[in-house]
Amino acid sequence: MKRLINRKPNRGNALLLGLLPFVILVIVYVFASHSRLADNAEDKLLPSIAQMAQTMDKSALSPSKRSGEIIFWNDTLASLQRLGLGIGISAALGLMLGVPLGLIPLVRAGFSPFIAAFSMVPPIAILPILFIVFGMGEVAKVALIVIGVTPIIVRDLQHRVEEFPKEQLIKAQTLGASSWTLAIRIIVPQMLPRLLDSVRLTLGTAWIFLISSEAIAATEGLGYRIFLVRRYLAMDMILPYVLWITVLAFLADFILKKVTCKVFPWYAKKDAL
Amino acid sequence: MTSIFNSVLKLCVASMVATTMMSVSLMAQTKEKFQVAWTIYVGWMPWDYAQQSGIIDKWAKKYGIQIEMVQVNDYVESINQYTAGKFDGCVMTNMDALTIPAAGGVDSTAVIIGDFSNGNDGIILKNKKSLAEIKGQNVNLVELSVSHYLLARGLESVGLKEKDIKVVNTSDADIVAAFASPEVTSLVTWNPQLSEIKGMKGASLVFDSSKIPGEIIDMLVLNTETIKDNPKLAKALTGAWYEMMGLMKNKDAKAIAAMAKASGTDVAGFNSQLKTTNMFYDAKDAVAFSISTELPKTMQKVSEFSFEHGILGDGAKDATFVGMAFPNGKTYGSTGNMKLRFTDEYMKLAAEGKL
Repeated sequence: MKRLINRKPNRGNALLLGLLPFVILVIVYVFASHSRLADNAEDKLLPSIAQMAQTMDKSALSPSKRSGEIIFWNDTLASLQRLGLGIGISAALGLMLGVPLGLIPLVRAGFSPFIAAFSMVPPIAILPILFIVFGMGEVAKVALIVIGVTPIIVRDLQHRVEEFPKEQLIKAQTLGASSWTLAIRIIVPQMLPRLLDSVRLTLGTAWIFLISSEAIAATEGLGYRIFLVRRYLAMDMILPYVLWITVLAFLADFILKKVTCKVFPWYAKKDAL
Repeated sequence: MTSIFNSVLKLCVASMVATTMMSVSLMAQTKEKFQVAWTIYVGWMPWDYAQQSGIIDKWAKKYGIQIEMVQVNDYVESINQYTAGKFDGCVMTNMDALTIPAAGGVDSTAVIIGDFSNGNDGIILKNKKSLAEIKGQNVNLVELSVSHYLLARGLESVGLKEKDIKVVNTSDADIVAAFASPEVTSLVTWNPQLSEIKGMKGASLVFDSSKIPGEIIDMLVLNTETIKDNPKLAKALTGAWYEMMGLMKNKDAKAIAAMAKASGTDVAGFNSQLKTTNMFYDAKDAVAFSISTELPKTMQKVSEFSFEHGILGDGAKDATFVGMAFPNGKTYGSTGNMKLRFTDEYMKLAAEGKL
């Protein structure tokens, strides 16, 4: 008898096992929904899959009566724009701050404790201040994501730079590299894939901040729609939106992973992505 | 592999059992323990004090039942939980009673009409003095709430339409901070936020619910089937409520102080909120309000507003989708889908001292 830890599923079985939890979830949902609907055909908590499809088709995927826009794509576009901007700015800031923090002891001594402390401030708790500084519009939503995500990326990158093999730095120095050359030619190129890793890990956090910012004040967006229709318990709209957010987040993660593999094959191979 | 399938099977069976139990607990039946949800609002604070001071327990004991008043932090969530079957009753406004439980197929009865907003909801403009000047502005408010309804009624009064402005959905928790932001020039909200913002620089109140008296009603809503099987619940709660109203009418200092503290303000602040709330201290006034011909007209307006904004749900073909019944025998809307009932049965008993 093989030990459990040595029993490996083949490709087909692995796929089946991977799908199993999803299938169970769907079955449990359909069952629970069915039993609630049998009691009350108008039940809103657990709508049937057909109901959800119908609502999405009628309310979200048909041109809206008032503006003629298709709110589903409108919401998606608005949210993705905010998320993209927020993540992009955070990544850029992360690189610009993380590298010097990790590489230059003087900078580290000066700012590392501050960044560490700043990253602990829960942005949601200081919202009123953010409103005054960034207003209530698009800037505020992007800013909330940036404030929430940047410190995590900065700290992660700083640690990655600190972990950097000293041998390479010494070798470069013996070849006459200045600090600037070191940073630009040695550190940054090797940090880029690690930055992408960091971005992948913070995507979930970024989504949370995006949805919260849209719940606070907005006129469109995935989070806006969910919090709006929650006012009349329209789970037939909320659940498909949640599913869509999950799919988008999964896709973003997948794309970043593929980009890392494609652009930095040396890194991907090393970590067996 | 077989063991995996076995456990899957077990899981399926377990979930089936769980869901059947869930649906069973939703079915009405005679029972002894009840849970009613409440949220912080001037007109609902009496529930808190009635619970704290033992008035609820006293009346529950009289009818041989147990009642627990559960405070929920989030108003909409409390109604959602009630609609989902977690609570036997919940405090809410007339509009939310129509659009959440009733439109969601949960037959609900407004057992106690506690008060109507008489200035507790208002429209505020920054550096502008009259409502007509709202034209073309972004208006921050909780979309699809009574604020939205108040705005629609306000716009109507100055000959404007909703398309003349742009609504920005803003959380009620953040609306005070939002007003400080330069981009926010007009908003609609309720108390205590309203009085907070009214005192801020440049704010002027241009319209409030005292201009549409009796249209924003705060009430106790109980599940119709639950009270059909357990009228004791409605009786005990009504008895407790009017004992509490007696205390408030006599300006019982201890009660007022406790309610002020629990709602996060002081006695002066609480009293000023009471001033803009038309409390029905006497059961007979509430009865008179509930049998008036105005109530069906108000509910028709609310229903039409809700339909136009799509909040009666996709099943609704027009504003009459949800049927409503009133104590004077009048009905509105579909009689086949009668889901919101106003009753004076219990308030009448209280007025006659028969509880």
